[in-house]
Amino acid sequence: METKKDAQEGSLILLKQGAEARVFESSFVGRKSIVKERFSKKYRHPTLDSKITVKRLNAEARCMTKARRLGVSTPALYFVDSVLYTLTIEYVEGPSVKDVLLEFGLHGVVEEKMDDITRQIGNAIGKLHDGGLIHGDLTTSNMLIQNGTNKLVLIDFGLSFTSTLPEDKAVDLYVLERALLSMHSSCGNVMDKILAAYRKSSKQWSSTLNKLAQGTIYATCDKEVESAPWLGDCYTSLAHHPLHLAAGKVTSTHDIRSPVIAWVRLILNFVYVIL
Amino acid sequence: MKQMTALGFEGSANKIGVGVVTLDGTILSNPRHTYITPPGQGFLPRETAQHHLQHVLPLVKSALETAKMTHDEIDCLCYTKGPGMGAPLQVAAVVVRILSQLWKKPIVAVNHCVAHIEMGRVVTGADDPVVLYVSGGNTQVIAYSEGRYRIFGETIDIAVGNCLDRFARVLTLSNDPSPGYNIEQLAKKGEQFIDLPYVVKGMDVSFSGILSYIEASAVEKLKNNECTPADLCYSLQETVFAMLVEITERAMAHCDKKDVLIVGGVGCNERLQEMMRIMCSERGGKLFATDDRYCIDNGAMIAYTGLLAYAHGTTTPLDETTFTQRFRTDEVLAIWRDKNAPSVNGGDQDVIRE
Repeated sequence: METKKDAQEGSLILLKQGAEARVFESSFVGRKSIVKERFSKKYRHPTLDSKITVKRLNAEARCMTKARRLGVSTPALYFVDSVLYTLTIEYVEGPSVKDVLLEFGLHGVVEEKMDDITRQIGNAIGKLHDGGLIHGDLTTSNMLIQNGTNKLVLIDFGLSFTSTLPEDKAVDLYVLERALLSMHSSCGNVMDKILAAYRKSSKQWSSTLNKLAQGTIYATCDKEVESAPWLGDCYTSLAHHPLHLAAGKVTSTHDIRSPVIAWVRLILNFVYVIL
Repeated sequence: MKQMTALGFEGSANKIGVGVVTLDGTILSNPRHTYITPPGQGFLPRETAQHHLQHVLPLVKSALETAKMTHDEIDCLCYTKGPGMGAPLQVAAVVVRILSQLWKKPIVAVNHCVAHIEMGRVVTGADDPVVLYVSGGNTQVIAYSEGRYRIFGETIDIAVGNCLDRFARVLTLSNDPSPGYNIEQLAKKGEQFIDLPYVVKGMDVSFSGILSYIEASAVEKLKNNECTPADLCYSLQETVFAMLVEITERAMAHCDKKDVLIVGGVGCNERLQEMMRIMCSERGGKLFATDDRYCIDNGAMIAYTGLLAYAHGTTTPLDETTFTQRFRTDEVLAIWRDKNAPSVNGGDQDVIRE
């Protein structure tokens, strides 16, 4: 591990103010480090606020180390301060996947690099999920590409928890899909590539993707589902699912004859208004 | 030359509204009628549609009378295409079809969610905010990007308004003027904070678990005198609104925007506005919110959004004037937000004249 002395021991330089934490650059026993301080939110009820802050501090510390044990790269955890609500973690040099993809959006996609990134993302999520860990906030800002090694590093485990339910895993993937759609729709179908890698890496991919397909059907309109190739076989079975049929598209032909009397009354009203 | 004017019809849920609006956002009239069910009950599609049928034509008459206009002076007719309940949506769609043929006026189909956003923008003057759209049927965090209103976060099961309404049914609160309003009033008397599940998943939220929890525990707790109905309303509001403010803040950090606009029926809630205002001021941004005249579904918002599209050359041919229960916010191409888009149908001249 390289050591840098440019940041004075204990000094804090504000790097970023996120939604619920301030991120500082500092040094920890001679190593360049990140200090992440969760601050209290004045809009929240004090009881709720302290409950959430403590819960997320603990979740982040526990899940980050658990992810490392599962073979997923995360920053090393140096120190937890449960009084000031701060975490001290390793400083990872490199751009976030969000920056890389936005760059692709502006100057064209570098296929080779894109394939490498998506494969690593799918792999990492697969390992987490098979180990029963749900990241909870999979967005491209929470993934870094380490300079030099080009290795994917996952950060921000504040919303993470342990679960083996396919539903929780599917929601995790769904959150990622939505983040990709809203931010990187110009990069082509990144999610398909990630899911292809996820399928290879996770032993339980089948139940998770089935659950994800169900959610897709309820949440979006039918034609989008048909255009999602990764659904593969599971879609054909789901297309005949009674719930899916019941939730089918409603057009103007639907229900048009039912309140006949009401319509006659409406037409009479029209005649009345016009006359 | 007179301003372009549109007549809008809204009937996606339990309110039927008709509004007359000009292109600069002036509301000439905006009457509406709400279908109110007895306490402990929600509104069912068929009964709601019958209510709308009864009230729609008197509303058209009164809208035109208040605006001091005849139907000849209207440029286009706008209606809600979706999302919403099928049967109530059908009423507005059919009325608009008939009127368009009687009066020989073009039709513009409008997305309900986009209409809420555009109404909020024109009323408050917010230019490019992150939008929190919260109502009985929808919960979405939306921001404009690359020609569309993109959804950054939303509920993965029921809407926040639905959660509040259904809890109001458990307590058999009145549905007049709305269950949410009565919860808000009762919550002001709450003192004790009861711990409830808090469910944020990335930029998405979930309310069904909270509702199940509070439905199951409320009866028990009330029977044992552990808390009052006011405490429950207070705790529910504090918890679900904290979740909404949190995902809004995440979206703001994610897409680097400073201001927030709250629209939709739940947006009238003053506690939600207060919490959001605190969050915005901490981030150096501003909160834009409207009152119940514009927050709650109305005809004027449909008319205004339809008119924006019409001024940029969009009309819906008669055989495409359908309605749909599923119509996502990001399916609509918001051509009027594109600064370089050419304006046709005389929209440009009117803008210059205003």
